[in-house]
Amino acid sequence: MVDVDKLQFGLETFGDIVSAEDGTLLTAGQSIRQIVKEGELADKLGVDVIGVGEHHRPDYSVSSPEIVLGAIASVTKQIKLATAVTVLSSDDPVRVYERFATLEGLSGGRAQVMLGRGSFTESFPLFGYDLTDYDDLFNEKLEMYSQLIKEKPITWHGKFTQSLKDQDVYPKTDYDGIETYIGIGGSPESIIRTAKYGYKVILAIIGGQADRFVPYLDLYKKAAGQFGMPVYPVAVHSHGFIADDEDEAVEVAWKNIKANFDRIGLTRGWAPMSREQFDGETKVGSFYVGNPEHVA
Amino acid sequence: MAKIKNVGILGAGKVGIVLAQLALAAGYNVRISGSGSVQKIALTIETLVPGATPATNQGVVSKSDLVILAIPLSRYKNIKPKLLKGKLVIDAMNYWWETDGIREEVLDPSSTSSEQVQNYFNKSTVVKTFNHMGYHNLQEEARPVGAENRKALFVTGDNKEAVDEIAAFVDTMGFDTVVHYNLADGIMTEPGSELFGASLTKPDLQNVIDHFDETEFGKKIKAGKSA
Repeated sequence: MVDVDKLQFGLETFGDIVSAEDGTLLTAGQSIRQIVKEGELADKLGVDVIGVGEHHRPDYSVSSPEIVLGAIASVTKQIKLATAVTVLSSDDPVRVYERFATLEGLSGGRAQVMLGRGSFTESFPLFGYDLTDYDDLFNEKLEMYSQLIKEKPITWHGKFTQSLKDQDVYPKTDYDGIETYIGIGGSPESIIRTAKYGYKVILAIIGGQADRFVPYLDLYKKAAGQFGMPVYPVAVHSHGFIADDEDEAVEVAWKNIKANFDRIGLTRGWAPMSREQFDGETKVGSFYVGNPEHVA
Repeated sequence: MAKIKNVGILGAGKVGIVLAQLALAAGYNVRISGSGSVQKIALTIETLVPGATPATNQGVVSKSDLVILAIPLSRYKNIKPKLLKGKLVIDAMNYWWETDGIREEVLDPSSTSSEQVQNYFNKSTVVKTFNHMGYHNLQEEARPVGAENRKALFVTGDNKEAVDEIAAFVDTMGFDTVVHYNLADGIMTEPGSELFGASLTKPDLQNVIDHFDETEFGKKIKAGKSA
């Protein structure tokens, strides 16, 4: 059985540009300030983690999550500050280290980095990378990152990254180093890679029954065992909407989640979400929608 | 053709793993290969599909009555056509720009992905299926023959005998089928179509297929062809 006291509860946002009650869209600036207020409230309510995604699209307001997290850090005390995710493949591992080490300092040790390959791909052309190098970019940059967070001078020869000779990076962190997760969409190879580096796993489960991932947890444990690495509790990221009233929660979520999936589906070529699909997801799937009782 | 007993899967990603699980549950001998060494996928297979045998591409193909391509479309040319010579092949792939990159670099825009896969593996018999339902739906929706609300997959290819054989195989894997004998019709279930990502029962799937030309995507394809 799960020990409920050990569970942590977090909220994640991509900084969606949402509409006000009269239907008009908020500006990006309003949306960003809203996230900081949400972070402040979540901290007061005892939520464990707030995660902010990185996107480079008109429908999401946050492309620089650490700046938003820095603002949240300054008005909160307990809550952990995570990215969800940082697209390492199209980022510079040195800058990733520097930004998170800064956030770690600002927040007194509350920074969490979630590294991912990204499920959106617009950051690749934006930063001058080729999508066909998707795997190689991530592998190389993850290796470089893993050396950087040891916070000792590194010597590095890169193909996609800069070469460094006995180079140190700053600022140093005061605490136990930067807490690192890898965001995983369901590729077994990603599980093994995470276990190999001794990082933590966060599974993105955006559809279907969450228990189908149970064998993946076995895989994580076995792989960590083979590499002699620790096994950490595993985090899960899913869609959710909670309201006092069950029916209200379901209807608000249906309208908004469908709009979100269908909008993204348009560019990715998947079919619009049906009510049957949505109801399946809220009943036995991976949309956590309803009143607090139901969702808990 | 001989009865299918040994199923080989090229690709140990999300789709490959799910198809291996279904094939094993259906009683087939299953061999599967990944992009790296056998050792690299051994732990994954042992844990996620206990009972399936991890192997090299060569090891998978040589012992299989049927080979399923479950790799990103952009990588199919990494497999030599000679390797699949004389084989019955399921193309479970799609053109998917999110993982495959820009179309022109991967695929000639003047024909469909499965036609190009068939042209490349020109000594094999290619049938397209398992491509249009999400991988977790494949896993969750597989049901025995006659079960209520059983979902259907589109099966299409140019060789009638092969298509019928694959349709019978799909049925044992847990799905009804809607069958066409024209590989180019694979476009009806590609990304952008009403069917990509949808899980439908046989009558509903049949209905969309029958009225493909009236769907938004169908109209676009038709306009493209006559342009």
